Amino acid sequence: MTFEYAPAPESRAIVSIKPKYGHFINGSFVAGKKHFPTINPATEEILSHIALGGVSDVDKAVAAAQKAYTKTWSKLSGKERGKYLYRIARILQERAREFAVLETLDNGKPIRETRDIDIPLVAAHFFYHAGWADKLDYAGLGHSPQPYGVAGQIIPWNFPLLMLAWKVAPALATGNTVVLKPAETTSLTALLFAEVCQQAELPDGVVNIVTGDGSTGAAIVNHPGIHKIAFTGSTDVGKKIARAIASTDKKATLELGGKGANIVFDDAPVDEAVEGIVNGIFFNQGHVCCAGSRLILQESIADEVIEKLKVRMSKIRVGDPLDKNTDLGAINSKEQLVKIKELSAIGDAEGAQRWSPKCNLSDKGFWFAPTIFTGVTQAHRIAQEEIFGPVLSVLTFRTPQEAIDKANNTPFGLSAGIWSEKGSRIFWASQHLKAGVIWANTFNKFDPASPFGGYKESGWGREGGKHGLAAYLKTGKETGAK
Amino acid sequence: MATKKQARVDVKKTYKLFINGAFPRSESGRVFEVTAKNGAFIANPALASRKDLRDAVTAARAAQTGWSKATAYNRGQILYRIAEMLEGRAEQFESEIALTSQITALKAQSQVLDAIDRWVWYAGWSDKLQAVSGATNPVAGPFFNFSISEPQGVVAIASSVSFIDFIDAIAAAVVSGNTTVVLVPGSLAVPAMSFAEVLATSDLPAGVINILTGSLDELAPWAASHMDIDGFDITGIDKKKRGALKEAGAENLKRIHAFSKGQSPTKILAFMESKTVWHSVGV
Repeated sequence: MTFEYAPAPESRAIVSIKPKYGHFINGSFVAGKKHFPTINPATEEILSHIALGGVSDVDKAVAAAQKAYTKTWSKLSGKERGKYLYRIARILQERAREFAVLETLDNGKPIRETRDIDIPLVAAHFFYHAGWADKLDYAGLGHSPQPYGVAGQIIPWNFPLLMLAWKVAPALATGNTVVLKPAETTSLTALLFAEVCQQAELPDGVVNIVTGDGSTGAAIVNHPGIHKIAFTGSTDVGKKIARAIASTDKKATLELGGKGANIVFDDAPVDEAVEGIVNGIFFNQGHVCCAGSRLILQESIADEVIEKLKVRMSKIRVGDPLDKNTDLGAINSKEQLVKIKELSAIGDAEGAQRWSPKCNLSDKGFWFAPTIFTGVTQAHRIAQEEIFGPVLSVLTFRTPQEAIDKANNTPFGLSAGIWSEKGSRIFWASQHLKAGVIWANTFNKFDPASPFGGYKESGWGREGGKHGLAAYLKTGKETGAK
Repeated sequence: MATKKQARVDVKKTYKLFINGAFPRSESGRVFEVTAKNGAFIANPALASRKDLRDAVTAARAAQTGWSKATAYNRGQILYRIAEMLEGRAEQFESEIALTSQITALKAQSQVLDAIDRWVWYAGWSDKLQAVSGATNPVAGPFFNFSISEPQGVVAIASSVSFIDFIDAIAAAVVSGNTTVVLVPGSLAVPAMSFAEVLATSDLPAGVINILTGSLDELAPWAASHMDIDGFDITGIDKKKRGALKEAGAENLKRIHAFSKGQSPTKILAFMESKTVWHSVGV
């Protein structure tokens, strides 16, 4: 007997999308010159037209941010700055459902995730950092640590508003002003956030949002009025930014790619581990830099885990992101879908075995069924390269040391998971894994109090927690790079 | 008839490199001349090559796990031991620095004493770093969540010409568990290689500190582009030349820093990486 789910769509009546948007500069919206369409990746419906920011728009935004920094924001006490952040947190909570629906429409991720994870975490980030604003003397960075000035922030499309919060909240709490560029395909929630800044009566120019593509981002990175770059995105672009600022005094934090290892030892609670594996790779369609995209199974339990995983995967509901029962939504863009298909085809060609449950995928929009590859070796490209989609590569190991060696054998070092009931083994493994975030008997958990960021080519610096503040405050000993 | 007593011919030292606890010559066979202020010949230290650098990185990488997994107490004692060994040879360093650099004998003496104290200062940090840089993080859920700092791995150091800055950079990098390849410019080679003798008698495991003498203009770009170096202290590089090194280092996103003078935990933490562990809580 099977239970069918009736459709349970969330209403989109709560959002009103304008046909066209400009940039948010110095507290108000200014018209853009050129525009490009932004679509709902689940239907390919055009939602709106987004302004393509050029050098002159970035100039204006940086000038506004500089003025706001010198005239207003740097003169405000931490206590008062913090109260603005608290206001923002509260307004975000009040308008949470609106943000959740808008994010799902523009990004393609399930409403269950935007409603229960993205947007609550956004509000939590502002609330958390609000409290730091007047306590920076106690952050372990010396007495009265100073902000950089204007932060240029470039964020990705996988968690659009959440990445905005990760960037804007600590920057403002530490006394910087910002020029932020949302990702090309997901600008709508950032533009709605601009309205929140207005409702919170945030002083003009403290937050500026310039929409656009990679060229807009480059204009921000290369602008001489920017003192600090915060970027989340691909390792390739991260390296370009590192090169671009090499001969400047600009500081950068980079949150880049990953190829997270999810290690399951033979004493792990298998049912829980299977849930964790699914959450590790299929959460947010696998568009997660810290996804557990490599499953590393102890050989003695590999068959059992894979069998249970396949059963579990066949229960994953792929479809309308606005349906409250949907687990796996749409791939964010056609471009990303092509990349996922290409790397999966390489997995086939290199001899790994592909398996997906039967899914009825819509003809409209961008879709990819949850997929696992077994028989993957370390040399396979699908074991080394970030696919950034719902595709899991499965490897096996015999000894704990072999698990560690395989887990560490990529240029990345962002995340890892450990499944075991043995405490000493978990701590041993967590000491040997070269990764910035390690989840033991859980996966893909985030919190504003918890620092996030990677080793090696996964980037520079941390976001969140006490550690994340250091990214936006000058520390004593390091000198300029010039 | 009494014969006039002949002046004794002193025994000069051959200055070589310090790689993996041994003192090899440069594989290239190259040397350069170090002279005193008055132009008198002092030594022909090795002019290290790219192959020497690669060998030093291999040694540093091989020593990484052992050194980073040694207890903090153990690392602290070894750093303290370096201070003990240096103290016993302070006069030698004072005369070498005075002979080969532009500073006075008095200043050379104070530098060496500072250098000894610097080792003592950094030694004490080994088991206190976590207390000041780590955290337990109160996340909103049933998880025990903590952050600790770990060494980045292999750190290259392009040293300033000053002996005290050379010492400070090394101590800051190794106290947390990094292993190092130190690039030493010009006449600093003389006290630097004598310092290698101190290291060789300090219970320091082979490969933790490797010292190459020669030209920073030659060595630093190779270090910047080396894919198995995780961090690079470029304090000793001219400001105008730092950009090119940072650009080369972007290939593996090396952590590249330059510091102002003086001891600081900031220098230690710059070559550490924060790791956050979440553990589920339940019965």
